[in-house]
Amino acid sequence: MIAETGLIALWLAAALALLQFALGAIGLRAGRQEYFAAIRSVTVAQGVFVTLSFLLLIWLFLRSDMSVRLVVMNSASVKPFIYKFSGTWGNHEGSMLLWVTVMGLAGAFIAMFERSLKQKTLVATLAAQAFISLGFYAFLLISSNPFERMFPVPADGQGLNPLLQDPGLAFHPPTLYFGYVGLSVAFSFAVGAMITRDVGAAFAKAMRPWVLGAWIFLTLGITAGSYWAYYELGWGGWWFWDPVENAALMPWLAATALLHSVTVLATRDGLRAWTLMLAVVAFSMSMIGTFLVRSGILTSVHAFAVDPERGSFILALLAIYIGGAMALFALRVGTVKEGSRFELVSREGALVANNLLLSVILGLVFIGTLYPLLVEAVTGEKLSVGPPYFNLATGPLALMLVAVMAAGPLLRWRRDNPKALLNRISIPILITAAALFALALFTTGMSVLALLGLALAIGVGVASFAPLWKRNLRRTPLHTYGMVIAHFGIAVALAGMACESSFTEEKLVAAKPGDEIAVNDWTLKFDAIEPVAGPNWTALEARITAQYGDGALHQINPQNRMFPAAQTQTSEAALLTRWNGQLYVVLGDGDSQGRWQVRVWWKPFVTWIWYGGILVALGGFLAMIGRLRRSYKQRKQREYAEAIV
Amino acid sequence: MNRWLLWLPLVLFGLFFAAVATGLIMPKDNIIESKMVGKPMPDFSLPAAIEQRPALSSADLVKGKPTLLNIFASWCLPCIAEAPQLLELQRAGVEINAIASRDTPEDIANFLNRWGNPYARIGSDTTSRVQLELGSSGVPETFVIDGKGIIVYQHIGDIRAEDVPKILKLLEDAK
Repeated sequence: MIAETGLIALWLAAALALLQFALGAIGLRAGRQEYFAAIRSVTVAQGVFVTLSFLLLIWLFLRSDMSVRLVVMNSASVKPFIYKFSGTWGNHEGSMLLWVTVMGLAGAFIAMFERSLKQKTLVATLAAQAFISLGFYAFLLISSNPFERMFPVPADGQGLNPLLQDPGLAFHPPTLYFGYVGLSVAFSFAVGAMITRDVGAAFAKAMRPWVLGAWIFLTLGITAGSYWAYYELGWGGWWFWDPVENAALMPWLAATALLHSVTVLATRDGLRAWTLMLAVVAFSMSMIGTFLVRSGILTSVHAFAVDPERGSFILALLAIYIGGAMALFALRVGTVKEGSRFELVSREGALVANNLLLSVILGLVFIGTLYPLLVEAVTGEKLSVGPPYFNLATGPLALMLVAVMAAGPLLRWRRDNPKALLNRISIPILITAAALFALALFTTGMSVLALLGLALAIGVGVASFAPLWKRNLRRTPLHTYGMVIAHFGIAVALAGMACESSFTEEKLVAAKPGDEIAVNDWTLKFDAIEPVAGPNWTALEARITAQYGDGALHQINPQNRMFPAAQTQTSEAALLTRWNGQLYVVLGDGDSQGRWQVRVWWKPFVTWIWYGGILVALGGFLAMIGRLRRSYKQRKQREYAEAIV
Repeated sequence: MNRWLLWLPLVLFGLFFAAVATGLIMPKDNIIESKMVGKPMPDFSLPAAIEQRPALSSADLVKGKPTLLNIFASWCLPCIAEAPQLLELQRAGVEINAIASRDTPEDIANFLNRWGNPYARIGSDTTSRVQLELGSSGVPETFVIDGKGIIVYQHIGDIRAEDVPKILKLLEDAK
């Protein structure tokens, strides 16, 4: 009965989404006030039913109901509780339901709490949101029913892909989904604003928290995904420029640009058309990302749920949403009034530079990701584009972007004096130059990009705190702190990347128990190899004692795991984290002479990459709290003033 | 702003759509075959790629029963994708030999440790010379070779789960 109830709730939610769209479309055309009131309640109801449907699916997974096809395909009764839970969205159907659920909840949230936007724009936004949801409902109900029963009922399920059985990964996809959905809300806002031609500061302020929220989740999702790839895949790398990684990076780049341009729109009422376009592009990128992952059109280590038919469906949705929004943009933006103007050297100017650089990087990643596809479509040849292209194409631009990031917050809005800027930023420039000089003198084997990156990271790390200089720290708004922390996080991550790529030491040996392995100042003693067993796997585990210099002894146990249910082997790297880096040990297979392959890396400051990512997200979070609190206070004051009048 | 410029995003999106739609519609195996299909294997002799498996020469492929010759590389992502299918074929009793393209012994050993080793023999083709003689343009590719050393079929790209029955049938027919 649970599955049937879930399916009914899903159909009801779909019907409500249709009603929500119709109310909005007809109401706007006819200008009927009573429709406007009704659309809010319908939106909330849609959110409730779709959430119910998703909760029921979770319940089915937790009960290991093996009469439901989706549970059979993606779960097993012996699986640990948390993976039964995360198995709900570790598959195509469940993740689509999660997507549409988060969208429904977001819609309900807007319907209940959004007060500052013009009513017509709000209605248009909710109608656009319903229109997007309808596509996903159709997708779920027509071709990917998550509640489909299976007969005869099998004894047990097939288990979740072992690579996905990891606590970090249990929450990596939903994090990205929250980001994608946040961008869909921004997209709906943009479509709503284009329909009513109401593009201004109020619109930007209503949209900004959603962009910020989406961006925080995307940042966390990418950071977590990168760390997962780093320790779970056992390759010791943290970014592979794999199509699926790019699929997550592209919306982040677009969202970062949007975040900065929406600030110009909210503060100075500038960059109107550009902000609308970015909102459309940011959502396009998340849809394209989903499409690339799901269609299997590009081969990738991440392609867990590949199906060309689903690909066609997502592509059709993509064409309707994005094509429609871009046509609307072309038709309407000409009639949107131009925003206010500004000088080249100004806060706006720096933000435009930020936007241009981010857009070019986005374009280069996009081309690199799709180039194999394009070549195959034209010539039939198969090729792949790898890190050499991406690093060379985007690295220098990213460094320029980081430099602009240091200068931008020190500029005044509308117009500033270049000499004054130079004055304000002189100390960080000196620090960067000194760092560059010292690194060039005292290190060997650093690539130019890494050298510049590390020097710049040091200078920018200092410069990112410059906006707080000579300010009353208690009266500085929270969102300024947010910006400072986020920018500092970028510098931290950049330093981590530069150090990892320049100073990593690696050793691959065939070792017998009793052997010693030395890397950097570490001495590893290979003590023994023993079999161990987990809830749904067995493994061979190496007992290794690691010692840094003359320091304390640490026991580390890299494993080679076997998952019988899925007939898959994974290697569980052993990590030992120090403040100045990470020791990374992977156990390979053994040979007939009792030797085992052991791969050891010492990666100085590698953790800074992810600490930086977390700082960036934290900065975003503070900025969002600050903005929300400010707009809440302003609304209260306005209401109070109105009450007095 | 020029009004026509506003249509540019839509035009670009249209181009993207066209490229992707062609990619989706085009059947994946509609690729020009090697000219070597139907001809005997060219003569070659490659050194062993790793210690644990013997070297590979063309003589090893003329032993009276059909075999598979898989061209792979540790740096190739689709090769990871096809690893389970190769293991499945091996379990089905198929002899699979391999040519490792432009690779190093450590990387190959690592790759095989990580993703499984279905191979009887592995030859190391560091310059892709043999690969080119076979008419193969990339990795992974798999050739079905009958017992007399004649190339019966060339599979370009990774072997997906749905390709396995076809390959088994080709091997059966080549007997």
